[in-house]
Amino acid sequence: MGTSNMGKVLGLVFANMHDSTVKDLTKARTMGSILFGGRYRMIDFPLSNFVNSGISTVGVITKYNYQSLIDHLGTGREWDLSRKKGGLYLLPPFSNVESKLYRGRLEALYGVLNFIKSVHAEYVLMSDCDVVANIDYKPVLSAHIQSGADITCITHTGQYNTELIKSSTVLSIDSNNVVKDVLIGSNLSGVCTLSLNMFIIKKNFLVDLVQTAIAQGRYSFERDILQSKLGELKIVAYEYSGYFKKIYSEKSYFEANMDLLNIDNCKELFTLRRPIYTKVRDNAPSKYGLNSHVANSLVADGCVIDGTVENSVLFRGVNIGKGVTVKNAILMQDTIIGDGSKVQNVITDKNVSIANDRTLISSDDYPMFIGKGASV
Amino acid sequence: MFNKKECVAMLLAGGQGSRLYALTQKVAKPAVPFGGKYRIIDFPLSNCVNSGIDTVGVLTQYQPLVMNDYIGNGQPWDLDRVHGGVHILAPYQSQTGADWYQGTANAIYQNLSFIERYDPEYVIILSGDHIYKMDYDKMLSFHKEKGAAATIAVINVPIDEASRFGIMFAHEDGQIYDFVEKPPEPKSTLASMGIYIFTYDILKKYLTENEMDESENNSKDFGKDIIPALLRDNQKLYAYRFDGYWKDVGTIDSLWEANMDLINPNIPIDLYDPSWKIYSRNPALPPQVIGKSAKIQNSMVTEGCVIDGTVDFSMLSDGVIIEKDAIVTDSILMPGAVIRSGAKVEYAIIGENSEICDGAHVGRRPEDMPNRDEWGVAVVGQDIKISSGKVVAPKEIISESI
Repeated sequence: MGTSNMGKVLGLVFANMHDSTVKDLTKARTMGSILFGGRYRMIDFPLSNFVNSGISTVGVITKYNYQSLIDHLGTGREWDLSRKKGGLYLLPPFSNVESKLYRGRLEALYGVLNFIKSVHAEYVLMSDCDVVANIDYKPVLSAHIQSGADITCITHTGQYNTELIKSSTVLSIDSNNVVKDVLIGSNLSGVCTLSLNMFIIKKNFLVDLVQTAIAQGRYSFERDILQSKLGELKIVAYEYSGYFKKIYSEKSYFEANMDLLNIDNCKELFTLRRPIYTKVRDNAPSKYGLNSHVANSLVADGCVIDGTVENSVLFRGVNIGKGVTVKNAILMQDTIIGDGSKVQNVITDKNVSIANDRTLISSDDYPMFIGKGASV
Repeated sequence: MFNKKECVAMLLAGGQGSRLYALTQKVAKPAVPFGGKYRIIDFPLSNCVNSGIDTVGVLTQYQPLVMNDYIGNGQPWDLDRVHGGVHILAPYQSQTGADWYQGTANAIYQNLSFIERYDPEYVIILSGDHIYKMDYDKMLSFHKEKGAAATIAVINVPIDEASRFGIMFAHEDGQIYDFVEKPPEPKSTLASMGIYIFTYDILKKYLTENEMDESENNSKDFGKDIIPALLRDNQKLYAYRFDGYWKDVGTIDSLWEANMDLINPNIPIDLYDPSWKIYSRNPALPPQVIGKSAKIQNSMVTEGCVIDGTVDFSMLSDGVIIEKDAIVTDSILMPGAVIRSGAKVEYAIIGENSEICDGAHVGRRPEDMPNRDEWGVAVVGQDIKISSGKVVAPKEIISESI
């Protein structure tokens, strides 16, 4: 461990960024506490990536609706972040008398500036909770140090749809990976390089940037730092080429979950070398009854299945009654589908209960969403 | 005393489990995987914490590595406590010498100093080879109510199986007046479950006296020596009747049956009851991936499994892979087992991380046997490879790759 610099990194997670892109799902929770992939919450990805890369001091910046996040994180033990030295720090808003609800990343950082200053760290690695990926940050930090960059942005290059591009910061880079242009909310299409909103920056430098920007009334890291200061700062891109999905709408949430039905994607994301950790619920294994038929699906523990399930994601503790047909659905924790019901192109939030012999069928291009705790 | 506990549990987990053969080559019996995501020891440990007992000594001796690693600091069972919690108690060297545990009574005797640290009124002795859900607190209330010296949990067993157990004879009110260890011709069906609650002073007295007894027929065992000594002295011994599900998993057949019981909807052991969860150490694996050609019925499957073949009446542990065109029926697959395309596994137990290759055939259905007497569950041990086209006969136990 002596040669690694990862012990000098403070990880910062923005749990509420991009909440507004998935309003149904964030009604009672943060982006970070959205359920994903059968047994995870979105924050599990940045936290596990930090921990698997050797970062053991992590601050989680919240804004509102963070009760579910607190429940999920607990002491941070499941991510091995319950430590005497460092560990997990939950950073709610209003940490001092002057602070107000932040408008952008810079104000959010300003609200926790005392915490950042107090942590023994040389670098800060920031991440949001809208990206599903398994990233090793060790080579990113090495590249950051080697390039002498002021800021390193992690990027992903590929062919994306216009909606995704519009929701992202797009970078153009030269042959040395130096960022030459920053576009926010552009109408581009085709191949481009997206910023994953994961940045490495020296701690003291970040503190200076934040203090200066706030004094000038600026609050957007993307617009007021990356874009405005492109001429003054050396901003370098680091390309991550592994599995990547971004949640930027309910449709993309649905598709990202379904994408895991492809076993190759599943293997790439959940590589045994770098596990994704989550809160343990101590469910029994899932039980497949007589006449159950399950195909092309992802099933978490604690489910009891007596019907037909195809092309679906079942979270922990889902109950599928006899004679039920479930197709193209995402059924979150403890959903109950009563005997004889038909469910197709549907997302149910936690604790949804559907009575016997109901039919809920939505169109292929837009899944129906049923809110937390609803009974149908 | 600051650290005082009313009741301390001592869990005898040193058993070699020699009747599980290849399955206990590398692990002690209580650490044998069970029920998809558990190990046998999860049942008594979870019972302890669910019964409000937060101080547990786990006595190990045989192959302790996996067990020590598994139990760790006890956090998965909520047994990482500031005072109390779970402690691994291995044989140790003292000034008077070093001894392996010689019998169940001797094992507890060697750890009296552990018990004394908590100054308990009562000690509950448990074993690590039974599957059951039981509220020990109710048994303790019974023990206190009766003012007993010792209380033994008993269960009614079929008369033809009674000769495998320690058999009690009790009055209507539960007071035991006789006890016979494994009688050839049993006259009662009240079998000892190997769960004892002792009033601590009495336990200490009898363990100490037993230790002094240097006669050759002293096996330093609870069933053979301590309980008979209490009876001889007319100590108040009570039988506490338990009528839930309880199964000894000391043999290949009983281990197989107990797993199958979890799948059987008519057997009363409910793992889905949120008020009495069975806890286990979690391997942090993704959900099970069920492929397009999968066919799964009457089975239990857990995290990390990737299933694309046919599975019927089977118990699949974490990380099991069943490829397309593989068939698994009436079998138990332990963590990390891989069944390749074209392989067939019937009435078998496949040990941890073992691989069954294309065209191999492990076990057989009893109805396919010309002579039913030759039928039995086939066993493939841990880390073993059964090569393409090889056959493992019913009852066969494989402890080296073929």
